Amino acid sequence: MAKILLEMKNITKTFPGVKALDNVNLQVEEGEIHALVGENGAGKSTLMNVLSGIYPHGTYEGDIIYDGQVCRFSNIKDSEKLGIVIIHQELALVPEMTIGENMYLGNECGHKYAIDWNKTYSEADKYLKMVGLSESSKVQVKTIGTGKQQLVEIAKALAKKARLLILDEPTSSLNEEDSRALLDLMLSFKKQGMTMIIITHKLNEVSYVADKITVIRDGTTIETIDNHGKEPVSEERIIKGMVGREMTNRFPKREGVKIGDVEMEVSHWTVHHPLYPERKVVDDVSLYVRKGEVVGIYGLMGAGRTELAMSIFGQSYGVNFSGELKLNGKHVKLKKSEADAIRHKIAYVTEDRKGNGLVLSQSIKVNTSLANLDAISSHTVIDGDKEYAVAEEYREKLRIKTPSVEQLVGNLSGGNQQKVLLAKWMFAEPDVLLLDEPTRGIDVGAKYEIYCIINDLAAAGKCVVLISSELPEVLGMSDRIYIMNEARIVGEMKAEEATQENIMQVILRSGRGA
Amino acid sequence: MNKQSLLAVLKKNAMLIILVLVYLFFLIMTKGGIFSPSSFTELINQNAYVYILGAGMLMCMLTGGNIDLSCGAFVCLLGALGGVFMVINGLSTGVSLLLMLLIGIAYGVGLGFLIAYVHIPPWIATLAGFLSFRGLGTSILSANSKTGSLSFASKTDFLNLFYGRIFPTEKGVFNWPCFLFGAILAAAVVLIIFMTRKNRLAKGYEADSMRTAAIKSGAGAAVILLVMTRLAMDGGIPTTLLWVAGIILIYSFITSKTTIGRHFYVVGGNMEAARLSGVNTKRIMFLAYLNMAVLTTIATMTVLARSQSAYADVGKNFEMDAISACVVGGVSASGGAGTVLGMVIGATLIGVINLGMSLISLDANYQRVIKGFVLLAAVVFDIVSKKKSS
Repeated sequence: MAKILLEMKNITKTFPGVKALDNVNLQVEEGEIHALVGENGAGKSTLMNVLSGIYPHGTYEGDIIYDGQVCRFSNIKDSEKLGIVIIHQELALVPEMTIGENMYLGNECGHKYAIDWNKTYSEADKYLKMVGLSESSKVQVKTIGTGKQQLVEIAKALAKKARLLILDEPTSSLNEEDSRALLDLMLSFKKQGMTMIIITHKLNEVSYVADKITVIRDGTTIETIDNHGKEPVSEERIIKGMVGREMTNRFPKREGVKIGDVEMEVSHWTVHHPLYPERKVVDDVSLYVRKGEVVGIYGLMGAGRTELAMSIFGQSYGVNFSGELKLNGKHVKLKKSEADAIRHKIAYVTEDRKGNGLVLSQSIKVNTSLANLDAISSHTVIDGDKEYAVAEEYREKLRIKTPSVEQLVGNLSGGNQQKVLLAKWMFAEPDVLLLDEPTRGIDVGAKYEIYCIINDLAAAGKCVVLISSELPEVLGMSDRIYIMNEARIVGEMKAEEATQENIMQVILRSGRGA
Repeated sequence: MNKQSLLAVLKKNAMLIILVLVYLFFLIMTKGGIFSPSSFTELINQNAYVYILGAGMLMCMLTGGNIDLSCGAFVCLLGALGGVFMVINGLSTGVSLLLMLLIGIAYGVGLGFLIAYVHIPPWIATLAGFLSFRGLGTSILSANSKTGSLSFASKTDFLNLFYGRIFPTEKGVFNWPCFLFGAILAAAVVLIIFMTRKNRLAKGYEADSMRTAAIKSGAGAAVILLVMTRLAMDGGIPTTLLWVAGIILIYSFITSKTTIGRHFYVVGGNMEAARLSGVNTKRIMFLAYLNMAVLTTIATMTVLARSQSAYADVGKNFEMDAISACVVGGVSASGGAGTVLGMVIGATLIGVINLGMSLISLDANYQRVIKGFVLLAAVVFDIVSKKKSS
């Protein structure tokens, strides 16, 4: 049996009012990839913060034994000295600085009073090569894509001489291709003897890379599953541990489906990039949605899905439009304004709820009413009581977990924030909902509830366009699926015909043709 | 009331408590001088511009911590122009004021356009005004007057409108209309607080407890009655108070009850989210600066009437006073949070410190030093107490 590199024994961490961790145990062997899974708020990040010294020794109970020694970290520097490096979910890079500057931020090489830039850049280039990046370290971070930025974060960790690398949701903002590349990189690191802990919501990734899987629920360790069997551990098996029950159906059944006439039709829709007008981000796209139908648009990130949806929604993206939009069979010429799109009963639910969906510093109430303030006000004066009643109504309907609708949205968990975002758009009473990655970064239980909401919307006769880069989600939820690749629609399938294999085939074929 | 909730109430009203403490401090130091009827009038007249500009600055800051650096210098320019209209050209007060208002609107439209539609960062767009308006104003003044200032002493209708009294009486004679007005106002405050409570309870919403409502309305009514009785001893309600109170009430209403006010908050909270929710974000930015220019015009009129002249230094540091009032009053420097009431408390705190120090005739240089430190200490206390409570 391999040597145990890290052992966390009976870790208990209490915050005022809540026990975030209750006697958690974790054992990581040297040279393995250990996955940590659990629902949002289960305590994964708290555990890693204890390990890396963000919560210093003394604020928690229990022992950390690393490399045979009991450790008492008082800050992040202490743990990094021993080679424990954490890569947080939200990228912590300064966009305006170069890759090299970012990699050695807070860890500058050179003398005490002067940075040795030659050494910095040559060392940085070395580590970049190790993670498979061909970019020069003198390139500004903002000029490279998110996938590559994630790799820079890893290179940065390597530059700190990491022995135990902790990756907190490393693929949450990556497309499938980049995710796969990242996971393969992890496997190659493993061969070189690196030990890694990965926190992720994507269970297919877990069974792909992990040697062992520790499941955490409500602040306690439930089990550690070995992934060395002949068959990889099934997703259902992991989910059972996470939610404490068997989830036989991850996608709720649609009942009484009644699909009506065509509500929205888009034809020959072309959009150019706002900064590089010669580039087409949406190229001659035609599609239609019927009343009561859930239409999936599957495509990898960067395929033009978000751009398509946003350009339909009041042309809030891009320049040089061409194409036609028909609503209920009538031609509609939207003015270049989001308000006009809302008036025509189109809603766009953004993929980036924190960045451009919600006002985090305001209450649930304010966020819920935002897109349809006129409905609760007369002569521009807001009726506070009506607003409160509306917020309460949607809190109950969508089961938003909160003590009060006066609660600031920034204090809610990801799943509840997503529900508030949906509440805002449901209250705007649209006929067409463009949902862009509605379940990104939220846990299995909350996902299920969002799916139920989508089904309810369709049952009420709304058109739902579900944009997603998670293939099972598109397959499980849609009546009809459009496949998008490189700015064009490359295929259309009925749900019954669609399988993972033939969708990927369509994408691959289209890539070759181009 | 148990200890914990008392502490929570204290923390929530930290700045108000500081204001009371500072006032009590000066009450002792001036041996009651700051409580004299004339001090009340002085406090209002001296700080009218802070309240008015503060309301405008609040709206700008709500949109994302944006400020207007040019308002003080614009007071000087507009004052010089007003002097030329009224004193040199001999235009009637009404026409002169209308012209000043039109110039203010024109400046606001231009500034708002640059900021909202040409995307010039606000502090740069207003820096130009900060640098040039005072020079322009001073040169207009020196071209029209040997002393470099224009006096409004003969324009009694203008002075009465912005620096007069309603139903004036001799000093020391009790002014009944002033007291009656105060009594009605106090009754209205009590009534409104209890009516709202009753309404909310009837609909099953959260409402203040009977005790809180009683304390709130009692304190509110007491302050109003106190101020009005003191003013009644000093010749009656100053017209300045009407301007200030009117603006405070209007902006409280706009920020808390209207859709447009809500839009200011969400634009500052998350510009992109606001835009994608159908808020016309550019129009909000435009309105913020147009509004600022209009309020600057009104502030100019009250300041000119009080000093009875237009001179080169008029309006100096006004932008800083307005910004301080907002920041001390808890308006977020990054936008999206802050209330008119908070700004009013902040402005009053600064006003009390200024008045108190000049009453104990402290050296002007030390006044600045102390003011700087007291303001910093107040904000530190406020932020630290909020941090601990969350």
